[in-house]
Amino acid sequence: MDLCPSVKNILLLDSEGKRIAVKYYSDDWPTNSAKEAFEKAVFTKTQKTNARTEEIAMFESNIVVYKFVQDLHFYVTGGEDENEVFLATVLQGFFDAVDILLRGNVDKKEALENLDLILLCIDGIVDGGIVLEGDANSIASKVASHSIDSGAPFSEQTISQALATAREHLTRSLLK
Amino acid sequence: MAQPLVKKDDDRDEEADYSPFLGIEKGAVLQEARVFHDPQLDARRCSQVITKLLYLLNQGETLTKIEATEVFFAVTKLFQSKDIGLRRMVYLMIKELSPSADEVIIVTSSLMKDMNSRTDLFRANAIRVLCRITDGTLLAQIERYLKQAIVDKNPVVASAALVSGIHLLQTNPEIVKRWSNEVQEAVQSRAALVQFHALALLHQIRQNDRLAVNKLVASLTKGTVRSPLAQCLLIRYISQVIKESSFNSQAGERPFYDYLEGCLRHKAEVVIFEAARAITELSNVTTRELTPAITVLQLFLSSSKPVLRFAALRTLNKVAMTHPMAVTNCNIDMESLISDQNRSIATLAITTLLKTGNESSVDRLMKQITNFMSDIADEFKIVVVEAIRSLCLKFPLKYRSLMNFLSNILREEGGFEYKKAIVDSIVILIRDIPDAKESGLLHLCEFIEDCEFTYLSTQILHFLGNEGPKTSDPSKYIRYIYNRVILENATVRASAVSTLAKFGAMVDSLKPRIFVLLRRCVFDNDDEVRDRATLYLNTLGDGSVAETEKDVKEFLFGSLDIPLTNMETSLKNYIQDPTEEPFDINSVPKEVKSQSLAEKKAPGKKPAASSTPAAAPTSAADAYERLLSSIPEFASFGKLFKSSIPVELTEAETEYSVNVVKHIYDSHVVFQYNCTNTIPEQLLENVTVIVDASDAEEFSEVGTKPLRSLPYDTPGQTFVAFEKPEGVPAVGKFSNVLRFTVKEVDPTTGEAEDDGVEDEYQLEDFEVVAADYILKVGVSNFKNAWESLGPDGERIDEYGLGPRESLAEAVSTVINLLGMQPCEGTEVVPSNSRSHTCLLSGIYIGNVKVLVRLSFGIDGAKEVAMKLAVRSENENVSEAIHEIVASG
Repeated sequence: MDLCPSVKNILLLDSEGKRIAVKYYSDDWPTNSAKEAFEKAVFTKTQKTNARTEEIAMFESNIVVYKFVQDLHFYVTGGEDENEVFLATVLQGFFDAVDILLRGNVDKKEALENLDLILLCIDGIVDGGIVLEGDANSIASKVASHSIDSGAPFSEQTISQALATAREHLTRSLLK
Repeated sequence: MAQPLVKKDDDRDEEADYSPFLGIEKGAVLQEARVFHDPQLDARRCSQVITKLLYLLNQGETLTKIEATEVFFAVTKLFQSKDIGLRRMVYLMIKELSPSADEVIIVTSSLMKDMNSRTDLFRANAIRVLCRITDGTLLAQIERYLKQAIVDKNPVVASAALVSGIHLLQTNPEIVKRWSNEVQEAVQSRAALVQFHALALLHQIRQNDRLAVNKLVASLTKGTVRSPLAQCLLIRYISQVIKESSFNSQAGERPFYDYLEGCLRHKAEVVIFEAARAITELSNVTTRELTPAITVLQLFLSSSKPVLRFAALRTLNKVAMTHPMAVTNCNIDMESLISDQNRSIATLAITTLLKTGNESSVDRLMKQITNFMSDIADEFKIVVVEAIRSLCLKFPLKYRSLMNFLSNILREEGGFEYKKAIVDSIVILIRDIPDAKESGLLHLCEFIEDCEFTYLSTQILHFLGNEGPKTSDPSKYIRYIYNRVILENATVRASAVSTLAKFGAMVDSLKPRIFVLLRRCVFDNDDEVRDRATLYLNTLGDGSVAETEKDVKEFLFGSLDIPLTNMETSLKNYIQDPTEEPFDINSVPKEVKSQSLAEKKAPGKKPAASSTPAAAPTSAADAYERLLSSIPEFASFGKLFKSSIPVELTEAETEYSVNVVKHIYDSHVVFQYNCTNTIPEQLLENVTVIVDASDAEEFSEVGTKPLRSLPYDTPGQTFVAFEKPEGVPAVGKFSNVLRFTVKEVDPTTGEAEDDGVEDEYQLEDFEVVAADYILKVGVSNFKNAWESLGPDGERIDEYGLGPRESLAEAVSTVINLLGMQPCEGTEVVPSNSRSHTCLLSGIYIGNVKVLVRLSFGIDGAKEVAMKLAVRSENENVSEAIHEIVASG
């Protein structure tokens, strides 16, 4: 029997329950439709709560800890015998790391625009259900070690990169 | 609270425009992925394309085999770029694509180069990717690097290697086990997480070597554990060591208990909670051991963090099941949690309080719950209703306030499941608490006056028809029932007509009036209602005050001795091939699938969280009675007195699984052997059980009913009947051999060969004990019942029970020996008490009511003494109870 504290999934959903980024580590939900059903059910059940601090609920013999900020819903799921406090620390690590990576602008728009960072962040927290790193600063620093160049001053970017960035901004403002 | 939601509504349109993935399409992104082949790689562009691909996969999009292969090969090109960010996205993408073995070879060299890179992040991630996609042969090639990585100076690299080791242990244990020296070294690492990962891996490598685990745990409890996570892990290992060690509570200290207690003072909450939970889950935990854990959990109850409150409550809730007294200190804290914002916490608080509460606190609690009920969701309400039902069965004297509560919530808004839970609870209370019957029935009557659920209305009408006529004033229910005939839909009307007829059949004085009502029903516009009314009018007599004939009652309301599911299949078959012959009800098989076997066939299905007491046994008893009375050989034995729970006669997972149910009659016993054949290649025929009753002198065999055929996985029953002296609780031991003819079955065609071989199969012995002759029947007011029996049939004596583990253990031993129903919750012994009084009631064979008052005392040396006072209608029975105790 495996006694190691473990996580069954990490979910980041938007305020309508749609996926931003999800990662499953357990075989409990073998198909995409099973996963979506789980997300929908968890979302519906927790949606009405005011989870500005970490909240908790039991769901289909799983424990789900969650936290909502702006239009983002953070969830971490564990088995029913899992230490609830452990799950809450994972959630906290996840949330705080995202907060650092998005420079405090924790909302759906920012998260989607930096989806690569979010995905790397989830990848850095848990590997196959086992916690790899729990401290938000360490998680974020490993993810951000490369992303510095995108946030770096324009002078350090190559001409083509600067052009690309400019083009992006332009198309976005035109589309708006 | 609603602020973020409102904001969302305001700028939703704008936001949709902003999504960088709006209108994204798999085909287009795959086109874009061509940039991976550019000779001049644009790292930024490539990263974006990978992010888009990952986004699509994350949304549930799938790539075809060809697409996946194409993307994979394109992605491998990106190893040329030195960009750190892009490389990490490449790692992520490769893991997500989970390439096939021949594809893996393509990237192996690139990844191995990264594994030896000077960039720590490359080393760590390359290890994770490679271990994720590798197979056994490749693993042997990279093993050397992995061993090195485990003891790498950089903690991220070491952790990556260790965690990968944990995953690889599942698939390639023999390779990972060779790393234990390095892992051992990593356990000593100064990096907190490396120690945690190393500990997890080392334990998994050694988990089958109990001695090694003991040593590991012992050394760590003396050394330094650097991270809370590692500490939690250690606590879990300790619990396991304690569970496996042959610890004897009388011998004094439990090993490692002090360490667990020390963890309660750790600075990380996650460790404190883990330790507290571990202590509460120790087997046979004593009050002294529990106290410090309960104290920290109590502190958590008033924490500002919902997670802590929830975790503590959930643990206390479990403790309350076994040690309700230990939790009572927390009652005040829990009461304040009834109004917790988080409804999961509030519901847990209520159900825990209902478990720990004593009789005096029930009323206060009910008042609080009433306020709480209006603002929680139905699913939580159901939990509360179930908790109240079990509370009421525990304190039958409180039925009045609990029944009132149930009827009040029944009147409020609620969905079907919730209403059904309430109705079921009331029905169970009516069945088990005789005093509650009249008020309960009236509550149900009022409910159907305004009930939107046809299913519940018909259910209640049926129940009313069975119970109503037996009350002191059956006439008062008629109005409610007839109102249904006037106001409801056809289904309910038909059901109400049947209920009316039951009153007419059972209560002779009401018959003329019932006839008036039934005659009106003949003009109903639904044919089923008319048919029923006509049937009853023609069978119940002429409408005068006269007793209804027994045959008529049996015909109309007697139970059908055929399982309805069997009836249904037979009827369907009959309709499918139309014949001239009328349907023969005798052709329907009467064999009932044994309930316990059906449950066993669903492995992995969790036992229902909340028990539904009383309901199951009642229906099981009915089913047994019906089954037995359908067998002509046993029909003459009279009324079935008691059926035991099934006793297993085989180990689990054997060729044939057999259990026995002991059916007790006044002067007979019938053993029902439930057999299951678990071998697909065999068909058993003429299955009988040969019973050797030489150790049961008072029994003599009178008949057997063999089972004609026992195919694979279809349970069947064979019976053996014995005669015994009338009304005497004869006891004895029976040894059993299963005898049968076995035929080979061709697994492809399912056909059995013609020739069979006689064979036997040894079963385990079982005994008929005194408790088999006592029915568990509770009384609602023990004191009144005790007084009413009077001192004439009373027998009192004292017994020394010798040294016992605890008072609670002694009490439960005596209860099990007598097989009687504990009353008023007296089977629960407060954990620190030195004396205890337990009240039991039951029906002794011959329908003699028996009440028992047990007074226990325990001294310092754990010697238990017991005073046994028995009252019954027959002093011989009182004597008999004493004999059971004296010989047990």
